Amino acid sequence: MSNLNTKAKELLASNTVKMFIGYEAGPTGLARPAFITDPEQTDRLIFDERCKQNLAVYLTKQEVKEYGKIAIVATLPVMRSLMVLASENQISPENLVVLGISPDGNLLNIADFSLMQTYIEKSDLSNPKGDEEKLAELLKLSPAERFEWWQNELSKCIKCFACRQACPMCYCSRCTIEVNQPQWIPVQANTHGNMDWHILRAMHLAGRCISCGECGRACPVGIPCHLLSMHLSNQVNRQFKVQAGTSDKMASVLSTYDPNDKESFIR
Amino acid sequence: MSEFEPKVVAFVCNWCTYAGADLTGTSRIKYSSNVRIIRFPCTGRIDFMLLLKAFANGADGIIVSGCHPNDCHYTSGNFHAKRRWIIFRELMDFMGIDMNRITFSWVSAAEGAKWAEVVNTTVARIRELGPYVSYQEMVNKKVEEEIQNE
Repeated sequence: MSNLNTKAKELLASNTVKMFIGYEAGPTGLARPAFITDPEQTDRLIFDERCKQNLAVYLTKQEVKEYGKIAIVATLPVMRSLMVLASENQISPENLVVLGISPDGNLLNIADFSLMQTYIEKSDLSNPKGDEEKLAELLKLSPAERFEWWQNELSKCIKCFACRQACPMCYCSRCTIEVNQPQWIPVQANTHGNMDWHILRAMHLAGRCISCGECGRACPVGIPCHLLSMHLSNQVNRQFKVQAGTSDKMASVLSTYDPNDKESFIR
Repeated sequence: MSEFEPKVVAFVCNWCTYAGADLTGTSRIKYSSNVRIIRFPCTGRIDFMLLLKAFANGADGIIVSGCHPNDCHYTSGNFHAKRRWIIFRELMDFMGIDMNRITFSWVSAAEGAKWAEVVNTTVARIRELGPYVSYQEMVNKKVEEEIQNE
């Protein structure tokens, strides 16, 4: 742990980076993101099992980019997010110092993106067990029951778009939800509009989502919207043998194709 | 009460299926009149949101059709579309939206008879399934009612 603090202090004091993004303890005992620019403040940094938030989301924000070179504490989901963002030219690796961290809080030796890639390839990339169980449970239901279940869940949505804000891959400066000519998504937070919104989000994240589950955690009314993206990640992996966030040179699944893609539904 | 007449919306590409549907007409092949054809430049242009819009506006069934693989006017539009529909179907199925109501097909400009067959079988299937009541009920639900029910 103290490793992290010393390393952060070193980086900031030597002016290698202008800002350090990590976790700190919030007033309610939860972990929250910390944006540290002063080397004297680095003892605020913590890392433990509370630190789940995907910090990669901040790297595409204008007000963070303005700082220039940034250091970030990267758990496995963060590293995979960085891979996707780099492959989509949203971040430049030379402007970034990645402090890889293992789940038990040890700093990893990840000097560049190729070492990060090796680490990711060696890691267990499966979805969290609880989510997989929920997916299996839902897939056992009949389609009509699933429709009912999702309607029930999505009727709670208040369209706050926390799911979008929490997602590192949702970086578009103008989202389809804000387009009103044509009005793709009904403005009201009714079940139909909510369902359209979550379908839209899941489709736009297909093959890019790295299953960190941040959207589900961010939801203030507890909709498990991460299950949609996770299901699609599983399907993309099954159909196209692609796992998002495993390389910084990867093309997005839906913007490429293979003439031999298999399907059985087109007549 | 009059018999249920399905409303089927067909999203077709300009270069193959639309020309194919033209051929069906000029060949004097009779086919079901329940279909409303919407012409697109390419199947790659058909946004999945349009399908949802069609259901929301009262369609009971949908046909999506374009050029056969390797015949795309823009070389790869239909390959991209194919990938998109593979993923889209998985998502729709996961959310419980009835995939029996959407027909995907490749109909070339020379396949006038195939177009008639695709439309007729789709309309017959939708006629059997009946109107898409469960989706319409969701669309017509007002947010006030939802709040009252809680």
